[in-house]
Amino acid sequence: MIYLDFEKPVVELETRLEDFRKQAISRSMDLTESIQSVQAQIEERLHEIYSNLTPYQTVQVARHNSRPKLIDYVKFMTPDYIQLHGDRRFADDLAMWTSVGSLDGKTVFIIGHNKGRDVKENIKFNFGMAHPEGYRKAMRVMELADKYGAPVITLLDTPGAYPGIGAEERGQAEAIAVNIRDMFGIKVPIITVVIGEGGSGGALGIGVGDRVLMMRYAMYSVISPEGCASILFRDGTRFRETAQMLKLTATDLKGCGLIDEIIDEPIGGAHRKPIQAMSLVKEAIKRHIKELLAIKEPITEYRYNKYRSLPPKLD
Amino acid sequence: MVDNEIKPELYKCKNCGKTTDPELFIKNFRVCSKCGFHDNVPARERIKMTIDEDSFEELWGKLISTDLLGFSDSKPYSDRIVETIKKTGENDAIITGLAKIYGHKIALGVMNFEFIGGSMGVVVGEKVMRLAELAKEENIPMIIISQSGGARMQESVFSLMQLARLSGAIKRFQSVDGLFISVICHPCTGGVSASFAFQGDIIIAEPGALIGFAGPRVIEQTIKQKLPPGFQTAEFFLEKGFLDKVVDRKNMRWMLGKLISLLLSIPMEGVEA
Repeated sequence: MIYLDFEKPVVELETRLEDFRKQAISRSMDLTESIQSVQAQIEERLHEIYSNLTPYQTVQVARHNSRPKLIDYVKFMTPDYIQLHGDRRFADDLAMWTSVGSLDGKTVFIIGHNKGRDVKENIKFNFGMAHPEGYRKAMRVMELADKYGAPVITLLDTPGAYPGIGAEERGQAEAIAVNIRDMFGIKVPIITVVIGEGGSGGALGIGVGDRVLMMRYAMYSVISPEGCASILFRDGTRFRETAQMLKLTATDLKGCGLIDEIIDEPIGGAHRKPIQAMSLVKEAIKRHIKELLAIKEPITEYRYNKYRSLPPKLD
Repeated sequence: MVDNEIKPELYKCKNCGKTTDPELFIKNFRVCSKCGFHDNVPARERIKMTIDEDSFEELWGKLISTDLLGFSDSKPYSDRIVETIKKTGENDAIITGLAKIYGHKIALGVMNFEFIGGSMGVVVGEKVMRLAELAKEENIPMIIISQSGGARMQESVFSLMQLARLSGAIKRFQSVDGLFISVICHPCTGGVSASFAFQGDIIIAEPGALIGFAGPRVIEQTIKQKLPPGFQTAEFFLEKGFLDKVVDRKNMRWMLGKLISLLLSIPMEGVEA
Protein backbone atom coordinates (compact mmCIF):
# COMPACT_ATOMS: atom_id res chain seq x y z
CA MET A 1 0.00 0.00 0.00
CA ILE A 2 1.25 3.45 -0.92
CA TYR A 3 0.34 5.97 1.74
CA LEU A 4 -0.52 9.55 0.90
CA ASP A 5 1.09 12.25 3.03
CA PHE A 6 -2.13 13.05 4.88
CA GLU A 7 -2.67 9.38 5.75
CA LYS A 8 0.33 9.37 8.14
CA PRO A 9 -1.80 8.99 11.29
CA VAL A 10 -3.01 5.66 9.90
CA VAL A 11 0.41 4.30 8.97
CA GLU A 12 1.45 3.78 12.58
CA LEU A 13 -1.82 2.09 13.44
CA GLU A 14 -1.60 -0.22 10.46
CA THR A 15 1.98 -1.15 11.39
CA ARG A 16 0.76 -1.99 14.87
CA LEU A 17 -2.08 -4.04 13.44
CA GLU A 18 0.39 -5.95 11.31
CA ASP A 19 2.58 -6.62 14.37
CA PHE A 20 -0.38 -7.98 16.34
CA ARG A 21 -1.29 -10.27 13.47
CA LYS A 22 2.24 -11.60 13.19
CA GLN A 23 2.49 -12.14 16.93
CA ALA A 24 -0.85 -13.89 16.97
CA ILE A 25 0.48 -16.37 14.46
CA SER A 26 4.09 -16.75 15.55
CA ARG A 27 3.35 -17.01 19.27
CA SER A 28 -0.09 -18.57 18.92
CA MET A 29 -1.54 -15.81 21.07
CA ASP A 30 -5.17 -14.73 21.06
CA LEU A 31 -4.96 -11.05 20.21
CA THR A 32 -8.44 -10.77 18.73
CA GLU A 33 -9.44 -7.98 21.05
CA SER A 34 -6.32 -5.90 20.43
CA ILE A 35 -6.64 -6.43 16.71
CA GLN A 36 -10.28 -5.40 16.68
CA SER A 37 -9.51 -2.34 18.74
CA VAL A 38 -6.76 -1.19 16.38
CA GLN A 39 -8.97 -1.91 13.38
CA ALA A 40 -11.69 0.24 14.88
CA GLN A 41 -9.19 3.03 15.48
CA ILE A 42 -8.00 2.81 11.89
CA GLU A 43 -11.55 3.03 10.57
CA GLU A 44 -12.23 5.98 12.80
CA ARG A 45 -9.11 7.85 11.75
CA LEU A 46 -9.71 7.12 8.08
CA HIS A 47 -13.26 8.30 8.37
CA GLU A 48 -12.06 11.49 10.01
CA ILE A 49 -9.34 12.10 7.43
CA TYR A 50 -11.51 11.29 4.43
CA SER A 51 -14.41 13.38 5.65
CA ASN A 52 -12.16 16.41 5.64
CA LEU A 53 -10.07 16.02 2.50
CA THR A 54 -8.96 19.25 0.92
CA PRO A 55 -9.56 19.53 -2.84
CA TYR A 56 -5.93 18.78 -3.58
CA GLN A 57 -5.95 15.76 -1.30
CA THR A 58 -8.96 14.55 -3.27
CA VAL A 59 -6.88 14.94 -6.43
CA GLN A 60 -4.19 12.78 -4.83
CA VAL A 61 -6.75 10.08 -4.01
CA ALA A 62 -8.23 10.32 -7.52
CA ARG A 63 -4.76 9.67 -8.95
CA HIS A 64 -3.82 6.92 -6.47
CA ASN A 65 -2.00 4.05 -8.15
CA SER A 66 -3.86 1.40 -6.15
CA ARG A 67 -7.30 2.76 -7.01
CA PRO A 68 -9.29 0.30 -9.10
CA LYS A 69 -8.48 1.02 -12.73
CA LEU A 70 -10.48 0.57 -15.88
CA ILE A 71 -9.41 -3.03 -16.43
CA ASP A 72 -10.50 -3.93 -12.87
CA TYR A 73 -13.97 -2.56 -13.58
CA VAL A 74 -14.17 -4.35 -16.91
CA LYS A 75 -13.30 -7.70 -15.33
CA PHE A 76 -15.57 -7.11 -12.36
CA MET A 77 -18.63 -5.91 -14.27
CA THR A 78 -18.32 -7.95 -17.46
CA PRO A 79 -16.30 -11.12 -16.70
CA ASP A 80 -16.95 -12.46 -20.22
CA TYR A 81 -15.60 -9.30 -21.88
CA ILE A 82 -14.03 -9.29 -25.31
CA GLN A 83 -11.62 -6.45 -25.96
CA LEU A 84 -12.00 -4.66 -29.29
CA HIS A 85 -9.00 -3.07 -30.97
CA GLY A 86 -8.14 -0.35 -33.42
CA ASP A 87 -9.64 2.69 -35.07
CA ARG A 88 -9.54 1.14 -38.59
CA ARG A 89 -7.58 4.16 -39.76
CA PHE A 90 -4.21 4.37 -38.12
CA ALA A 91 -3.51 2.27 -35.04
CA ASP A 92 -4.70 0.69 -31.83
CA ASP A 93 -4.30 3.16 -28.99
CA LEU A 94 -3.78 1.29 -25.73
CA ALA A 95 -4.56 4.39 -23.69
CA MET A 96 -8.18 3.94 -24.76
CA TRP A 97 -10.00 0.75 -23.90
CA THR A 98 -13.03 -0.63 -25.73
CA SER A 99 -14.78 -3.92 -25.07
CA VAL A 100 -18.09 -5.70 -25.25
CA GLY A 101 -19.37 -8.01 -22.55
CA SER A 102 -22.39 -8.88 -20.49
CA LEU A 103 -23.33 -7.03 -17.34
CA ASP A 104 -25.49 -9.47 -15.37
CA GLY A 105 -26.75 -11.02 -18.59
CA LYS A 106 -27.20 -7.83 -20.63
CA THR A 107 -24.79 -6.85 -23.38
CA VAL A 108 -22.96 -3.57 -22.76
CA PHE A 109 -20.00 -1.82 -24.30
CA ILE A 110 -17.36 -0.40 -22.00
CA ILE A 111 -15.14 2.41 -23.21
CA GLY A 112 -12.60 4.07 -21.00
CA HIS A 113 -9.22 5.55 -20.37
CA ASN A 114 -6.75 2.83 -19.60
CA LYS A 115 -4.50 3.98 -16.79
CA GLY A 116 -1.85 1.61 -15.54
CA ARG A 117 -1.29 0.43 -11.99
CA ASP A 118 2.50 0.67 -12.10
CA VAL A 119 5.24 2.30 -14.12
CA LYS A 120 5.48 -0.53 -16.62
CA GLU A 121 1.75 -0.53 -17.35
CA ASN A 122 1.64 3.24 -17.39
CA ILE A 123 4.33 3.44 -20.03
CA LYS A 124 2.47 0.86 -22.09
CA PHE A 125 -0.83 2.73 -21.74
CA ASN A 126 0.73 6.20 -21.99
CA PHE A 127 -0.62 7.09 -18.52
CA GLY A 128 -4.17 6.97 -19.85
CA MET A 129 -3.50 9.85 -22.25
CA ALA A 130 -5.07 8.95 -25.56
CA HIS A 131 -4.04 9.97 -29.07
CA PRO A 132 -6.57 10.80 -31.81
CA GLU A 133 -6.74 7.13 -32.83
CA GLY A 134 -7.95 6.35 -29.31
CA TYR A 135 -10.86 8.77 -29.60
CA ARG A 136 -11.64 7.46 -33.08
CA LYS A 137 -11.63 3.89 -31.80
CA ALA A 138 -14.01 4.93 -29.02
CA MET A 139 -16.37 6.49 -31.56
CA ARG A 140 -16.23 3.45 -33.79
CA VAL A 141 -17.21 1.23 -30.90
CA MET A 142 -19.98 3.58 -29.78
CA GLU A 143 -21.41 3.33 -33.29
CA LEU A 144 -21.19 -0.44 -33.00
CA ALA A 145 -23.13 -0.28 -29.73
CA ASP A 146 -25.69 1.94 -31.41
CA LYS A 147 -26.06 -0.55 -34.25
CA TYR A 148 -26.67 -3.47 -31.90
CA GLY A 149 -28.75 -1.56 -29.39
CA ALA A 150 -26.54 -2.12 -26.36
CA PRO A 151 -25.92 0.57 -23.74
CA VAL A 152 -22.54 2.28 -23.57
CA ILE A 153 -20.65 2.72 -20.31
CA THR A 154 -17.78 5.19 -20.44
CA LEU A 155 -15.28 5.26 -17.58
CA LEU A 156 -13.22 8.43 -17.30
CA ASP A 157 -9.72 8.36 -15.86
CA THR A 158 -7.18 10.49 -17.68
CA PRO A 159 -4.87 13.42 -16.97
CA GLY A 160 -5.93 14.65 -20.43
CA ALA A 161 -5.56 13.90 -24.13
CA TYR A 162 -1.90 13.53 -25.03
CA PRO A 163 -0.19 16.78 -26.05
CA GLY A 164 2.49 15.56 -28.47
CA ILE A 165 3.70 15.84 -32.03
CA GLY A 166 1.96 12.74 -33.39
CA ALA A 167 -1.25 13.64 -31.58
CA GLU A 168 -1.34 17.07 -33.24
CA GLU A 169 -0.33 15.73 -36.65
CA ARG A 170 -3.22 13.28 -36.57
CA GLY A 171 -5.74 15.88 -35.43
CA GLN A 172 -6.24 15.57 -31.69
CA ALA A 173 -8.57 18.57 -31.67
CA GLU A 174 -10.61 17.22 -34.57
CA ALA A 175 -10.89 13.76 -33.04
CA ILE A 176 -12.21 15.10 -29.74
CA ALA A 177 -14.47 17.66 -31.43
CA VAL A 178 -16.06 14.96 -33.58
CA ASN A 179 -16.56 12.62 -30.61
CA ILE A 180 -18.21 15.26 -28.46
CA ARG A 181 -20.52 16.18 -31.33
CA ASP A 182 -21.31 12.69 -32.56
CA MET A 183 -22.02 11.26 -29.11
CA PHE A 184 -25.19 13.36 -29.39
CA GLY A 185 -26.26 11.12 -32.25
CA ILE A 186 -25.79 7.77 -30.46
CA LYS A 187 -29.23 6.22 -30.03
CA VAL A 188 -28.48 3.98 -27.04
CA PRO A 189 -28.14 5.07 -23.40
CA ILE A 190 -24.70 6.33 -22.41
CA ILE A 191 -23.65 6.21 -18.75
CA THR A 192 -20.49 8.08 -17.88
CA VAL A 193 -18.64 7.49 -14.62
CA VAL A 194 -15.61 9.52 -13.56
CA ILE A 195 -13.67 6.81 -11.71
CA GLY A 196 -10.47 8.78 -11.12
CA GLU A 197 -9.10 11.74 -12.97
CA GLY A 198 -11.46 13.60 -15.30
CA GLY A 199 -8.95 15.64 -17.28
CA SER A 200 -10.69 18.24 -19.43
CA GLY A 201 -11.42 17.71 -23.15
CA GLY A 202 -9.56 14.42 -23.08
CA ALA A 203 -12.12 13.15 -20.58
CA LEU A 204 -15.13 14.77 -22.22
CA GLY A 205 -14.10 13.20 -25.55
CA ILE A 206 -15.83 10.04 -24.28
CA GLY A 207 -17.85 11.75 -21.56
CA VAL A 208 -21.09 12.99 -23.09
CA GLY A 209 -23.34 10.69 -21.07
CA ASP A 210 -27.07 10.75 -20.43
CA ARG A 211 -26.04 10.37 -16.84
CA VAL A 212 -22.73 11.59 -15.52
CA LEU A 213 -21.74 10.00 -12.23
CA MET A 214 -18.68 10.67 -10.17
CA MET A 215 -17.03 8.62 -7.49
CA ARG A 216 -16.75 10.38 -4.16
CA TYR A 217 -12.98 10.97 -4.46
CA ALA A 218 -12.73 11.43 -8.21
CA MET A 219 -11.98 14.80 -9.80
CA TYR A 220 -13.21 16.53 -12.95
CA SER A 221 -11.71 19.74 -14.21
CA VAL A 222 -11.18 21.93 -17.24
CA ILE A 223 -7.43 21.89 -16.50
CA SER A 224 -5.19 20.15 -13.98
CA PRO A 225 -4.53 22.17 -10.83
CA GLU A 226 -0.82 22.15 -11.73
CA GLY A 227 -1.45 23.41 -15.27
CA CYS A 228 -3.82 26.06 -13.99
CA ALA A 229 -1.25 27.27 -11.45
CA SER A 230 1.51 27.50 -14.02
CA ILE A 231 -0.69 29.52 -16.38
CA LEU A 232 -2.44 31.82 -13.94
CA PHE A 233 0.34 32.32 -11.41
CA ARG A 234 3.31 31.30 -13.57
CA ASP A 235 4.09 29.10 -10.59
CA GLY A 236 3.25 25.42 -10.86
CA THR A 237 3.71 24.88 -7.13
CA ARG A 238 0.56 26.79 -6.25
CA PHE A 239 -1.61 23.81 -7.26
CA ARG A 240 -3.24 23.57 -3.82
CA GLU A 241 -4.82 26.98 -4.33
CA THR A 242 -5.97 26.27 -7.86
CA ALA A 243 -7.36 22.86 -6.85
CA GLN A 244 -9.51 24.79 -4.41
CA MET A 245 -10.59 27.38 -6.98
CA LEU A 246 -11.38 24.96 -9.80
CA LYS A 247 -14.18 23.27 -7.83
CA LEU A 248 -13.13 19.90 -9.16
CA THR A 249 -14.44 17.55 -6.47
CA ALA A 250 -17.58 15.45 -6.80
CA THR A 251 -19.21 17.35 -3.96
CA ASP A 252 -18.53 20.71 -5.60
CA LEU A 253 -19.72 19.58 -9.01
CA LYS A 254 -22.88 18.03 -7.62
CA GLY A 255 -23.45 21.31 -5.81
CA CYS A 256 -23.04 23.18 -9.10
CA GLY A 257 -25.59 20.87 -10.74
CA LEU A 258 -23.06 19.68 -13.35
CA ILE A 259 -23.10 15.97 -12.47
CA ASP A 260 -26.04 13.73 -11.72
CA GLU A 261 -24.89 11.61 -8.82
CA ILE A 262 -22.01 10.90 -6.47
CA ILE A 263 -21.14 7.23 -5.99
CA ASP A 264 -19.93 6.69 -2.47
CA GLU A 265 -16.61 5.05 -1.75
CA PRO A 266 -15.67 2.80 1.16
CA ILE A 267 -14.12 4.46 4.19
CA GLY A 268 -10.58 5.44 3.29
CA GLY A 269 -11.19 5.44 -0.46
CA ALA A 270 -11.71 2.92 -3.25
CA HIS A 271 -8.07 1.80 -3.11
CA ARG A 272 -8.60 0.27 0.36
CA LYS A 273 -11.62 -1.80 -0.59
CA PRO A 274 -11.67 -2.08 -4.38
CA ILE A 275 -14.30 -4.84 -4.58
CA GLN A 276 -16.69 -2.90 -2.40
CA ALA A 277 -16.03 0.26 -4.44
CA MET A 278 -16.57 -1.49 -7.74
CA SER A 279 -19.80 -3.07 -6.48
CA LEU A 280 -21.17 0.36 -5.68
CA VAL A 281 -20.25 1.57 -9.16
CA LYS A 282 -21.80 -1.47 -10.81
CA GLU A 283 -25.07 -1.11 -8.92
CA ALA A 284 -25.30 2.58 -9.76
CA ILE A 285 -24.66 1.89 -13.44
CA LYS A 286 -27.31 -0.84 -13.55
CA ARG A 287 -29.86 1.41 -11.90
CA HIS A 288 -29.23 4.23 -14.35
CA ILE A 289 -29.33 1.96 -17.40
CA LYS A 290 -32.69 0.67 -16.23
CA GLU A 291 -34.01 4.20 -15.76
CA LEU A 292 -32.76 5.35 -19.16
CA LEU A 293 -34.22 2.34 -20.96
CA ALA A 294 -37.61 3.24 -19.50
CA ILE A 295 -37.56 6.76 -20.93
CA LYS A 296 -40.23 7.27 -23.58
CA GLU A 297 -38.73 10.13 -25.61
CA PRO A 298 -35.87 9.37 -28.03
CA ILE A 299 -32.67 9.11 -26.01
CA THR A 300 -30.91 11.64 -28.28
CA GLU A 301 -33.59 14.22 -27.43
CA TYR A 302 -33.20 13.40 -23.76
CA ARG A 303 -29.43 13.84 -24.00
CA TYR A 304 -29.67 17.14 -25.82
CA ASN A 305 -32.16 18.55 -23.35
CA LYS A 306 -30.04 17.42 -20.44
CA TYR A 307 -27.02 19.36 -21.69
CA ARG A 308 -29.06 22.27 -22.95
CA SER A 309 -30.55 22.81 -19.52
CA LEU A 310 -27.30 22.55 -17.55
CA PRO A 311 -26.77 25.48 -15.21
CA PRO A 312 -26.27 28.37 -15.13
CA LYS A 313 -29.39 29.69 -16.77
CA LEU A 314 -28.69 32.80 -18.84
CA ASP A 315 -31.45 35.25 -19.81
CA MET B 1 -0.88 71.16 -45.30
CA VAL B 2 0.65 72.35 -42.07
CA ASP B 3 4.33 71.69 -41.75
CA ASN B 4 4.35 70.70 -38.12
CA GLU B 5 1.43 68.31 -38.45
CA ILE B 6 2.13 65.18 -36.48
CA LYS B 7 2.32 62.22 -38.81
CA PRO B 8 0.19 59.25 -37.72
CA GLU B 9 2.37 56.58 -36.22
CA LEU B 10 3.30 54.08 -38.85
CA TYR B 11 2.27 50.45 -38.57
CA LYS B 12 5.25 48.15 -38.35
CA CYS B 13 4.74 44.58 -39.55
CA LYS B 14 5.27 42.14 -36.71
CA ASN B 15 6.77 39.65 -39.12
CA CYS B 16 8.99 41.51 -41.60
CA GLY B 17 9.21 44.94 -39.99
CA LYS B 18 7.95 46.86 -43.01
CA THR B 19 6.26 50.12 -42.08
CA THR B 20 2.96 51.13 -43.62
CA ASP B 21 0.51 53.96 -43.24
CA PRO B 22 -2.03 52.57 -40.75
CA GLU B 23 -5.00 53.58 -42.89
CA LEU B 24 -3.60 51.75 -45.87
CA PHE B 25 -2.82 48.79 -43.66
CA ILE B 26 -6.42 48.60 -42.42
CA LYS B 27 -7.67 48.98 -46.00
CA ASN B 28 -5.50 46.02 -46.87
CA PHE B 29 -7.42 43.90 -44.32
CA ARG B 30 -4.55 44.29 -41.83
CA VAL B 31 -2.35 42.16 -44.02
CA CYS B 32 1.25 43.24 -44.66
CA SER B 33 1.61 44.25 -48.30
CA LYS B 34 5.19 43.04 -48.37
CA CYS B 35 5.23 39.66 -46.61
CA GLY B 36 1.53 38.81 -46.44
CA PHE B 37 1.51 38.53 -42.65
CA HIS B 38 -2.06 38.44 -41.36
CA ASP B 39 -2.28 40.59 -38.24
CA ASN B 40 -5.10 40.44 -35.72
CA VAL B 41 -8.43 42.00 -36.71
CA PRO B 42 -10.81 43.37 -34.08
CA ALA B 43 -14.08 41.41 -34.14
CA ARG B 44 -16.31 44.29 -35.29
CA GLU B 45 -13.96 45.08 -38.14
CA ARG B 46 -13.93 41.40 -39.07
CA ILE B 47 -17.72 41.34 -39.29
CA LYS B 48 -17.67 44.39 -41.53
CA MET B 49 -15.11 42.96 -43.93
CA THR B 50 -16.93 39.62 -44.13
CA ILE B 51 -20.58 40.46 -44.76
CA ASP B 52 -22.81 42.69 -46.91
CA GLU B 53 -22.80 46.31 -45.83
CA ASP B 54 -25.04 47.11 -42.85
CA SER B 55 -26.53 43.65 -42.86
CA PHE B 56 -25.56 42.64 -39.35
CA GLU B 57 -28.25 42.21 -36.76
CA GLU B 58 -26.65 41.34 -33.43
CA LEU B 59 -28.32 38.82 -31.15
CA TRP B 60 -27.82 38.00 -27.47
CA GLY B 61 -25.28 40.80 -27.12
CA LYS B 62 -26.32 41.51 -23.57
CA LEU B 63 -25.31 38.12 -22.17
CA ILE B 64 -22.64 38.58 -19.53
CA SER B 65 -20.64 36.07 -17.51
CA THR B 66 -20.82 36.01 -13.78
CA ASP B 67 -18.26 34.69 -11.35
CA LEU B 68 -19.90 31.35 -10.68
CA LEU B 69 -17.14 29.88 -8.54
CA GLY B 70 -15.64 32.79 -6.62
CA PHE B 71 -12.51 32.49 -8.74
CA SER B 72 -9.55 34.75 -8.12
CA ASP B 73 -6.04 34.73 -9.59
CA SER B 74 -4.08 37.98 -9.85
CA LYS B 75 -7.46 39.65 -9.44
CA PRO B 76 -10.98 38.42 -8.71
CA TYR B 77 -12.67 37.06 -11.83
CA SER B 78 -15.68 39.33 -11.26
CA ASP B 79 -13.38 42.37 -11.49
CA ARG B 80 -11.71 40.93 -14.56
CA ILE B 81 -15.06 40.62 -16.33
CA VAL B 82 -16.04 44.21 -15.52
CA GLU B 83 -12.64 45.57 -16.56
CA THR B 84 -12.56 43.60 -19.80
CA ILE B 85 -16.02 44.78 -20.76
CA LYS B 86 -14.92 48.34 -20.11
CA LYS B 87 -11.66 47.92 -22.04
CA THR B 88 -13.05 46.12 -25.08
CA GLY B 89 -16.56 47.52 -25.26
CA GLU B 90 -17.76 43.95 -25.74
CA ASN B 91 -19.64 41.77 -23.28
CA ASP B 92 -17.86 38.49 -23.99
CA ALA B 93 -15.55 36.68 -26.37
CA ILE B 94 -17.99 36.13 -29.25
CA ILE B 95 -20.36 38.35 -31.21
CA THR B 96 -23.31 36.53 -32.75
CA GLY B 97 -26.21 37.43 -34.97
CA LEU B 98 -27.81 37.34 -38.38
CA ALA B 99 -26.16 38.75 -41.48
CA LYS B 100 -26.11 38.56 -45.23
CA ILE B 101 -23.28 37.51 -47.47
CA TYR B 102 -23.72 38.17 -51.19
CA GLY B 103 -27.41 38.60 -50.44
CA HIS B 104 -27.78 35.29 -48.65
CA LYS B 105 -28.92 35.20 -45.06
CA ILE B 106 -26.54 33.52 -42.60
CA ALA B 107 -26.11 32.97 -38.88
CA LEU B 108 -22.76 34.48 -37.96
CA GLY B 109 -20.47 34.17 -34.96
CA VAL B 110 -17.19 36.05 -34.71
CA MET B 111 -14.84 35.53 -31.81
CA ASN B 112 -13.07 38.35 -30.14
CA PHE B 113 -9.53 37.58 -29.00
CA GLU B 114 -9.22 40.76 -26.92
CA PHE B 115 -11.79 39.39 -24.50
CA ILE B 116 -9.74 37.24 -22.06
CA GLY B 117 -7.85 35.60 -24.90
CA GLY B 118 -11.03 34.69 -26.75
CA SER B 119 -11.65 32.14 -24.03
CA MET B 120 -14.83 30.11 -24.02
CA GLY B 121 -16.93 30.25 -20.92
CA VAL B 122 -20.65 29.96 -20.35
CA VAL B 123 -21.54 32.95 -22.55
CA VAL B 124 -19.61 31.77 -25.61
CA GLY B 125 -21.09 28.29 -25.20
CA GLU B 126 -24.60 29.60 -24.83
CA LYS B 127 -24.32 31.93 -27.82
CA VAL B 128 -22.86 29.29 -30.15
CA MET B 129 -25.54 26.84 -29.01
CA ARG B 130 -28.30 29.37 -29.68
CA LEU B 131 -26.74 30.32 -33.02
CA ALA B 132 -26.78 26.71 -34.21
CA GLU B 133 -30.37 26.33 -33.01
CA LEU B 134 -31.35 29.49 -34.86
CA ALA B 135 -29.59 28.38 -38.04
CA LYS B 136 -31.50 25.10 -37.85
CA GLU B 137 -34.80 26.81 -37.22
CA GLU B 138 -34.33 29.36 -40.01
CA ASN B 139 -32.70 26.83 -42.32
CA ILE B 140 -29.76 29.11 -43.11
CA PRO B 141 -26.01 28.44 -43.22
CA MET B 142 -23.91 29.15 -40.15
CA ILE B 143 -20.44 30.66 -40.27
CA ILE B 144 -18.27 30.90 -37.16
CA ILE B 145 -14.93 32.68 -37.22
CA SER B 146 -12.85 31.30 -34.36
CA GLN B 147 -9.92 32.72 -32.49
CA SER B 148 -9.39 31.45 -28.98
CA GLY B 149 -6.92 30.24 -26.40
CA GLY B 150 -9.44 27.61 -25.29
CA ALA B 151 -11.84 27.06 -22.44
CA ARG B 152 -11.98 29.77 -19.79
CA MET B 153 -10.26 28.41 -16.69
CA GLN B 154 -12.04 30.85 -14.41
CA GLU B 155 -15.32 29.07 -15.12
CA SER B 156 -13.81 25.60 -14.74
CA VAL B 157 -16.18 22.71 -15.46
CA PHE B 158 -18.92 25.15 -16.44
CA SER B 159 -16.62 26.04 -19.37
CA LEU B 160 -15.87 22.43 -20.15
CA MET B 161 -19.57 21.59 -20.32
CA GLN B 162 -20.00 24.23 -23.04
CA LEU B 163 -18.07 21.97 -25.42
CA ALA B 164 -20.87 19.45 -25.01
CA ARG B 165 -23.78 21.91 -25.06
CA LEU B 166 -22.84 23.67 -28.27
CA SER B 167 -21.72 20.45 -29.96
CA GLY B 168 -25.17 18.99 -29.35
CA ALA B 169 -26.75 21.95 -31.10
CA ILE B 170 -24.31 21.70 -34.02
CA LYS B 171 -25.01 17.96 -34.33
CA ARG B 172 -28.74 18.63 -34.60
CA PHE B 173 -28.17 21.39 -37.13
CA GLN B 174 -25.91 19.26 -39.30
CA SER B 175 -28.19 16.23 -39.05
CA VAL B 176 -30.88 18.16 -40.93
CA ASP B 177 -28.31 19.04 -43.61
CA GLY B 178 -27.49 22.44 -42.14
CA LEU B 179 -24.33 23.93 -43.63
CA PHE B 180 -21.71 25.00 -41.09
CA ILE B 181 -18.56 26.70 -42.32
CA SER B 182 -15.83 27.11 -39.73
CA VAL B 183 -13.14 29.74 -40.26
CA ILE B 184 -10.09 29.44 -38.03
CA CYS B 185 -7.93 32.48 -37.29
CA HIS B 186 -4.75 32.94 -35.31
CA PRO B 187 -4.58 31.52 -32.69
CA CYS B 188 -7.01 28.72 -32.05
CA THR B 189 -6.29 26.05 -29.47
CA GLY B 190 -7.87 24.07 -26.65
CA GLY B 191 -11.60 23.85 -26.12
CA VAL B 192 -12.59 25.86 -29.18
CA SER B 193 -10.49 23.81 -31.60
CA ALA B 194 -11.66 20.66 -29.76
CA SER B 195 -15.25 21.65 -30.44
CA PHE B 196 -16.88 23.92 -33.03
CA ALA B 197 -13.77 25.04 -34.91
CA PHE B 198 -13.25 21.45 -36.08
CA GLN B 199 -16.91 20.53 -36.45
CA GLY B 200 -17.51 22.46 -39.66
CA ASP B 201 -18.73 20.81 -42.86
CA ILE B 202 -16.14 23.03 -44.44
CA ILE B 203 -13.12 24.16 -42.43
CA ILE B 204 -11.01 27.07 -43.64
CA ALA B 205 -8.08 28.79 -41.97
CA GLU B 206 -6.19 32.00 -42.48
CA PRO B 207 -2.52 31.80 -43.56
CA GLY B 208 -0.05 31.36 -40.73
CA ALA B 209 -2.69 30.80 -38.04
CA LEU B 210 -1.52 28.75 -35.08
CA ILE B 211 -3.98 25.88 -34.65
CA GLY B 212 -3.92 22.95 -32.27
CA PHE B 213 -5.32 21.02 -29.40
CA ALA B 214 -2.46 21.75 -27.03
CA GLY B 215 -0.48 24.97 -27.24
CA PRO B 216 3.16 24.69 -28.39
CA ARG B 217 4.50 25.50 -24.92
CA VAL B 218 2.61 22.62 -23.34
CA ILE B 219 3.83 20.22 -26.02
CA GLU B 220 7.44 21.33 -25.63
CA GLN B 221 7.22 20.86 -21.88
CA THR B 222 5.73 17.39 -22.34
CA ILE B 223 8.11 16.04 -24.95
CA LYS B 224 11.08 18.07 -23.68
CA GLN B 225 12.21 19.15 -27.12
CA LYS B 226 11.74 22.12 -29.42
CA LEU B 227 9.00 21.91 -32.02
CA PRO B 228 10.00 22.15 -35.68
CA PRO B 229 9.29 25.49 -37.39
CA GLY B 230 5.86 25.68 -38.99
CA PHE B 231 4.42 23.06 -36.62
CA GLN B 232 0.71 23.58 -35.90
CA THR B 233 0.26 26.29 -38.53
CA ALA B 234 -2.70 26.45 -40.89
CA GLU B 235 -0.45 25.23 -43.70
CA PHE B 236 0.66 22.29 -41.54
CA PHE B 237 -2.93 21.21 -40.91
CA LEU B 238 -3.80 21.67 -44.58
CA GLU B 239 -1.00 19.28 -45.44
CA LYS B 240 -2.10 16.81 -42.74
CA GLY B 241 -5.61 16.77 -44.14
CA PHE B 242 -7.57 18.63 -41.49
CA LEU B 243 -8.49 21.76 -43.45
CA ASP B 244 -10.35 22.23 -46.70
CA LYS B 245 -8.46 25.38 -47.55
CA VAL B 246 -6.12 28.08 -46.37
CA VAL B 247 -7.57 31.34 -47.66
CA ASP B 248 -6.07 34.83 -47.73
CA ARG B 249 -8.13 37.30 -45.77
CA LYS B 250 -8.80 39.51 -48.75
CA ASN B 251 -10.45 36.55 -50.52
CA MET B 252 -12.32 35.22 -47.49
CA ARG B 253 -15.62 37.01 -48.06
CA TRP B 254 -15.77 35.86 -51.66
CA MET B 255 -14.78 32.31 -50.72
CA LEU B 256 -17.54 32.09 -48.11
CA GLY B 257 -20.12 33.49 -50.52
CA LYS B 258 -18.99 31.19 -53.32
CA LEU B 259 -19.06 28.09 -51.13
CA ILE B 260 -22.59 28.86 -49.93
CA SER B 261 -23.64 29.53 -53.49
CA LEU B 262 -22.20 26.25 -54.78
CA LEU B 263 -23.27 24.04 -51.89
CA LEU B 264 -26.82 25.38 -51.70
CA SER B 265 -27.13 25.97 -55.45
CA ILE B 266 -28.17 29.58 -55.06
CA PRO B 267 -26.91 32.66 -56.93
CA MET B 268 -24.46 35.13 -55.43
CA GLU B 269 -26.10 38.53 -55.36
CA GLY B 270 -24.12 41.10 -57.33
CA VAL B 271 -21.89 38.54 -59.01
CA GLU B 272 -22.36 37.55 -62.63
CA ALA B 273 -22.99 33.83 -62.91
